[in-house]
Amino acid sequence: MPKIQIPTPLRQYAGKQPAVEVKAATVGEALSGLVTRHPELRRHLYTDEGKLRAFVNVYLNDEDVRYLQKEATAVKETDSISIVPSIAGGTA
Amino acid sequence: MSTITEIKPETATLSNDEILRYSRHLIMPEVGMEGQLKLKAARVLCIGAGGLGSPLALYLGAAGVGTLGMVDFDVVDYTNLQRQIIHTTADVGRKKLDSAADKLKAINPLINLRTFDTRLSSDNALELFRDFDIIADGTDNFPTRYLVNDACVITGKPNVYGSIFRFEGQASVFATDEGPCYRCLYPEPPPPGLVPSCAEGGVLGILPGLVGVIQATEVIKLILGKGDSLIGRLLLVDALAMKFRELKLRKNPDCPVCGTHPTITKLIDYNEFCGIRGEEATVETGVPEIQVEELKRRLDAGEDVFVLDVREPHEYQICNIGGHLIPLGDLPKRVNELDSSREIVAHCRSGARSAKAVNFLRQAGFRKVHNLAGGILAWADRVDPKMPKY
Repeated sequence: MPKIQIPTPLRQYAGKQPAVEVKAATVGEALSGLVTRHPELRRHLYTDEGKLRAFVNVYLNDEDVRYLQKEATAVKETDSISIVPSIAGGTA
Repeated sequence: MSTITEIKPETATLSNDEILRYSRHLIMPEVGMEGQLKLKAARVLCIGAGGLGSPLALYLGAAGVGTLGMVDFDVVDYTNLQRQIIHTTADVGRKKLDSAADKLKAINPLINLRTFDTRLSSDNALELFRDFDIIADGTDNFPTRYLVNDACVITGKPNVYGSIFRFEGQASVFATDEGPCYRCLYPEPPPPGLVPSCAEGGVLGILPGLVGVIQATEVIKLILGKGDSLIGRLLLVDALAMKFRELKLRKNPDCPVCGTHPTITKLIDYNEFCGIRGEEATVETGVPEIQVEELKRRLDAGEDVFVLDVREPHEYQICNIGGHLIPLGDLPKRVNELDSSREIVAHCRSGARSAKAVNFLRQAGFRKVHNLAGGILAWADRVDPKMPKY
C-alpha cells in the first residue's frame, strides 16, 4: 500500500506515527484517506474550502505533485507520498 | 554548476602563514591555491549567530572565507548553550555578536569579520546584502526567512538555506538564476501559532550542528564552483532515523518574486505577510486570565479550584503544581474528565498552550475557565523560586 510520510510537526495529529499506509489510487485519495483516519490533520493540510494549504507541499516520491497532476497524480503500491511543511527554527 | 562571478581571486594572494594554515585545503585538487584564493576573496553574510549560525560561522572562519559578516541583535541566554556552540557559559548575558567575534578571531585572526548588531528588516536588508556574495540564512522565524529570500532575489545573491525543528532539518540553496527561491517552494507562510518555534517545540542540540555544517559546505562549494550544489534540491534530514532524503525543487515560473513576471520587486512588510500584527502575541486575545499570585491565594485558602495542566507527561516530570494532566492534543478526547460546574485554571509552561486550551473549553461551553498568565514559569518566578525552570 502506498505510504504517506508524516513530518514531525504534524505527527501529534496522526497518532504520533512517522508514516501511515493508505489504500489509494491517487494522491488526492491518499490524503483524503489520511484525514478521514486522523481528522485533526484536516485543518493543518486543508483550508476551510477544502484546498490544500499553500505552506504544505506534497511529493510523490521525490517529485512535487504541483508539477505532476496535483491531487489527480496516480499512485502505485510501492510509492511514497511526503508531506513537507515549512519549518523555520534556526537560531532561538 | 553555478559559480559566483563577483569573487575575483586574482586580486587576492596567500601569505606563507596562510599557506601553512590552509595546507590541508591546498593539497586537494578540488581546492588548491586557486580555490583557497577564491575563499579568501569571498564575502559571506550569516544571518543569525545562534543554532545554525554557530557551526556556519565557525567552519567558514576556519576555512578562510576572507570576509565573514554576521547579523544578530540578540544576547546569549543560558538555554542557548545546549546547541549554540559558538557561545560558552561565560558568555551568558553578552551580545551574541561579541561572543561570536571573540571565538572567530581566536580560531582565525586572518579573516575580515564584520558584525551587524541589528535586527534584519526591510529597511536595511538590501543595503546589507549588497556588500556580500552569498547569504547564509540561519534565522528562526518565518517573516525573516521570507525577507531574506526576497532580498536575495532582488540583490541577486544566493541564499544558502537551512532550517530545523526538533530532530528534522531542511537544507537547500535558493535564489540563484537557474534555481527556485524559497517562495517557489512555499508561496505562503503558515498562520502564526501553527508551527511551534524551538522554544515551544524543543530541538535536539546536535541538529543545528548537522544542518549548519551542511549549509557551510554548500557555501564553500558555491565559492569553489565544485561539486553538486543543493540548487534545485531540498535535503530532508531526519536525525532520529539518520535518514537523508532529497526532493526535487523547481523554479516556479509564476513565482511572484523570481518568476518570469515578478509582482514583488520591493521588500514588503513581512510581519503582516505572516499574519503577525505588532508584537508577536503568544496569548490569544480575549482569553480570561488569572495571575499566579491569585491562584496561590485561592489554593492556600482552600477554595475549590481545578488546576488543569495541558503540558506533556515528560514536562510534568520536570516540575508541576499538582495539576490534573491532560496534554493539549488530548483535550478534545478527554474533555469529559472535566466538570464545567467547577472553577478551572488551565496552565502550561508559559501560557501559550493553555490559552488555546481555554479557548477550546469556552467554545465547548465551559464558562468558569481561566488561563494562568505566564504559566508555570511565572509560578517559578513569583510564587515558588525553588521550582526549576526549563
